[in-house]
Amino acid sequence: MTKKNTNNECTLNQAMEMGLTEEEFKLICKKIGKTPNLTETGICSAMFSEHCSYKSSKKWLKTLPTSGDHVIQGPGENAGIIDIGDNQAIVFKIESHNHPSFIDPYQGAATGVGGILRDVFTMGARPIALMNVLRFGEIGNPLTNHLLTGVVKGIGGYGNCIGIPTVGGETNFNQSYNSNILVNAMAIGLVNKNKIFYSAASGIGNPVIYVGAKTGRDGIHGATMASAEFSDDTESQKPTVQVGDPFTGKLLLEACLELMKTDLILSIQDMGAAGLTSSSVEMASKGNVGIEIDLDKIPLREKNMSSYEIMLSESQERMLIILKKGAEDDAKTIFKKWDLDFAVIGKIISDKKIILKKENKAVCNLPLDFLVNDSPELSREYKIKKTSKILDNKTIIKTESIKSIIYKIIGNENFASKKWVYEQYDSSVMGDTISIGNKSDASIVKIHNSDKGKFKGKAVAISTDCNSKYIFNDPIEGGKITVAEAARNLVVSGAKPLAVTNNLNFGNPEKKEVMGQIVGSIKGIKEACEELYTPVVSGNVSLYNETNGKSILPTPVIGMVGVIDDIEKIILMNAKNDETLFIVGQDENKFDGFLQSSLYQEIFCDDFLGQVPPINLKKEKYLHDFIIKLNDNKIINSAHDISDGGLLPCIIEMLLLNKLGININLPPRIQTPNKKNLLFLHGWLFGEDQSRIIISTNKPDKLMEFSKSENIKIYCIGKTNNTGVVEIPKYDSICINECLNLYNNTIPNFFS
Amino acid sequence: MRIAIVVFPGSNCDRDIFEAIKYVSKKSPKFIWHKETSIENFDLIVIPGGFTFGDYLRCGALASNSPVIRSIRDHASRGGAILGICNGFQILTETKLLPGTLIKNSVLKFLCHDLNVIAQDTLPSPFTWGFKPNTKLNIPIAHNEGNYYVNGNELKKLIFNGQIAFKYEENFNPNGSVENIAGVLSENGRILGMMPHPERSVFSHHNSLDGRLFFQNLIEQLLS
Repeated sequence: MTKKNTNNECTLNQAMEMGLTEEEFKLICKKIGKTPNLTETGICSAMFSEHCSYKSSKKWLKTLPTSGDHVIQGPGENAGIIDIGDNQAIVFKIESHNHPSFIDPYQGAATGVGGILRDVFTMGARPIALMNVLRFGEIGNPLTNHLLTGVVKGIGGYGNCIGIPTVGGETNFNQSYNSNILVNAMAIGLVNKNKIFYSAASGIGNPVIYVGAKTGRDGIHGATMASAEFSDDTESQKPTVQVGDPFTGKLLLEACLELMKTDLILSIQDMGAAGLTSSSVEMASKGNVGIEIDLDKIPLREKNMSSYEIMLSESQERMLIILKKGAEDDAKTIFKKWDLDFAVIGKIISDKKIILKKENKAVCNLPLDFLVNDSPELSREYKIKKTSKILDNKTIIKTESIKSIIYKIIGNENFASKKWVYEQYDSSVMGDTISIGNKSDASIVKIHNSDKGKFKGKAVAISTDCNSKYIFNDPIEGGKITVAEAARNLVVSGAKPLAVTNNLNFGNPEKKEVMGQIVGSIKGIKEACEELYTPVVSGNVSLYNETNGKSILPTPVIGMVGVIDDIEKIILMNAKNDETLFIVGQDENKFDGFLQSSLYQEIFCDDFLGQVPPINLKKEKYLHDFIIKLNDNKIINSAHDISDGGLLPCIIEMLLLNKLGININLPPRIQTPNKKNLLFLHGWLFGEDQSRIIISTNKPDKLMEFSKSENIKIYCIGKTNNTGVVEIPKYDSICINECLNLYNNTIPNFFS
Repeated sequence: MRIAIVVFPGSNCDRDIFEAIKYVSKKSPKFIWHKETSIENFDLIVIPGGFTFGDYLRCGALASNSPVIRSIRDHASRGGAILGICNGFQILTETKLLPGTLIKNSVLKFLCHDLNVIAQDTLPSPFTWGFKPNTKLNIPIAHNEGNYYVNGNELKKLIFNGQIAFKYEENFNPNGSVENIAGVLSENGRILGMMPHPERSVFSHHNSLDGRLFFQNLIEQLLS
């Protein structure tokens, strides 16, 4: 669609081409009392898109807990903010760039990183860490390898260049993502509590400033593209993908932080999805004022851009700033130093409207309340589906030895080390990285200069999680488990969980089952966040992850942030020689185990349908508090959450680094090999029952004392030795070197 | 001890170097913006890592034409010490203050991990004297273009002069550098360019403290 005459009245067909429905277009005409022109329709369409309006999910997102004593800013701003004491706060958010990354993996992923970084530094914070959650189709498939290679290069290309360490995340594979990959990027920033910047515009007559890169024709209507399904013809959508320039991003970051040291700024917002449109509309409407922009003043990269193109462009590395009157020259000096464009493009007005002028003619005049408040909120029909299938002795495998099972689990692409991926990211720039999630269950970054004398300093811990199989089989329980596991990963790293950002990736919400996954998982997330005191402070929704009617597995990603108040309390996951391993949260009477929905089932039963392991959130919280208490009493040497793959793979992960061995102490019920016991044995070794943690300690007596007085179940697995062999008496011996080989080489082998 | 850190648009290890030097020398180094044309007398000028000017065109190529370079050349011609790390090394080869060139890693990937570099038997230099030859330092790398190349004759010259400062371990050369070269000295030993980041192994929360040794040695040597 060419937009030559963007002042002409828009027809229904044109509006529908821009993604509006007939009803929405009629509502717009009625509410604004005229037929909008093309530019106005484009603006309405972007603001009403799923991406900007959250129309399908809004009703349910409202139910999430968003407040708490430590919450400084919940959802609704560029990012969420939590108080970590000492006049400091953590700013964080996760955001998806799924659709663009499938069309152009390098640029899609790179701009995803750039966008989320701007969301964080626009609030005054210096970004200190990046995380990413990736989902790809079947590994080994040429398209998957092409997409993975491009996405990883794109994430690194932006993060490495701008100099923010990428410290962790997840990369998983499943055929449901063959035609819809997921690229969710999370950024974490540090800010002084009295230097936080918000986006609400204020002060009639104050200048509206445009800074950063010039506006071009890239990414036009990206928000709308990201709100629709794909067909086979995705190549034609390439122009809707933005192009990132991390170098300009770095200059913009430094220039903005330099400007923020002054007191010249009133409010500031990144031009993200729907570019100048959403940033100007949101800033003005939040401040209860209007905004007038002269489009001739916008720095343009290309000639003859129409008002439509200027307003809908998603060119990267741009910010909109409201300055105090008279502050223009001082601000301009800073941006000039950094060789960035700086233009006064308009002013704040009292009339609550967005008025755009081009060549001295009004090209847009829309009421703001309407754009923000009247955007649709849908009550889509939904059906929450639950799978109740149970595995029994008939369905489990009987032919393979424990050794061969464990080697297959460790060599599975969803279990094996993702070193091939994370080594391509600069994880140590800024000098504060402590763990990138390979040494501990959570990623850990020191708070810069928080040490003083003998005190070694504080740290932020971050975890990301989502087990899509659980969500698919039971959206509510799966939602709870996702939050619980994210929190558990923080606790076993020595952190106190504080708050959550979420990225809800689903298929087409117009389908009842998909909507049921959305509603169900939000219900689960809500319950768990309430129970674990981890409010949701920011987030993002990505729907229509479907191609030709085939939807991705439901993937509501949880990013959780916690604080470690003394870095000497950090717990790593690698056991040392001559330590005793215990399961905390389970005793010897528990010898069966949940094989349904497990990695074991997926690999050996060619299926993952089944009941989800139940979770008791009160018990989970009690377990976390217990671990924190053990840690405060210096009883834990290392710790690891029992999750994917179950007990045995998790024990082996703890032994890998130091190539240790152990003689596993089996519960009496399964000590004798026989066919009847096989289900119990496999359940014990590979079941994914929740609320369990393995710890290693040199103080077993103290641990037993604590567990008795606190009434927590524990089970002694055995003592580590340096044989490099995991002995399962009367069943099998497992060689750690072989495990290490599989763990390290599985992923690289797909790319050599 | 007066130490300057040159900052270009796109430098991103300037703060890390600052913290490392401040910790080791107990004195804050001074930041110099790339547009400055006169540099006072410093005992050491550090060019930090990063992506100067986005590494567009060629790594370090645009930075090597910044106004500040002229003063850096003057400093070099006076025999002043210069340390270029990662992108700083690339800038030093682009300005021809160091021989050779740095091309894309042979694996065609950015790589970031810890590794050992081995101190070599060199001509007199504040950067290497103080380390016994074959001393291993565990220091991380993080680069996409660290594949050091010189032609055969130049390589012979480097070896003959003792200008190779650090090497990667045989079989653990991450980027395809000739002769496993990780760091190179100028003919007078006063300029060092190296790909590994010693500033990332200085503090107790880092994986190793060998970078601290590197800076301690450098400052001791410069003072002596």
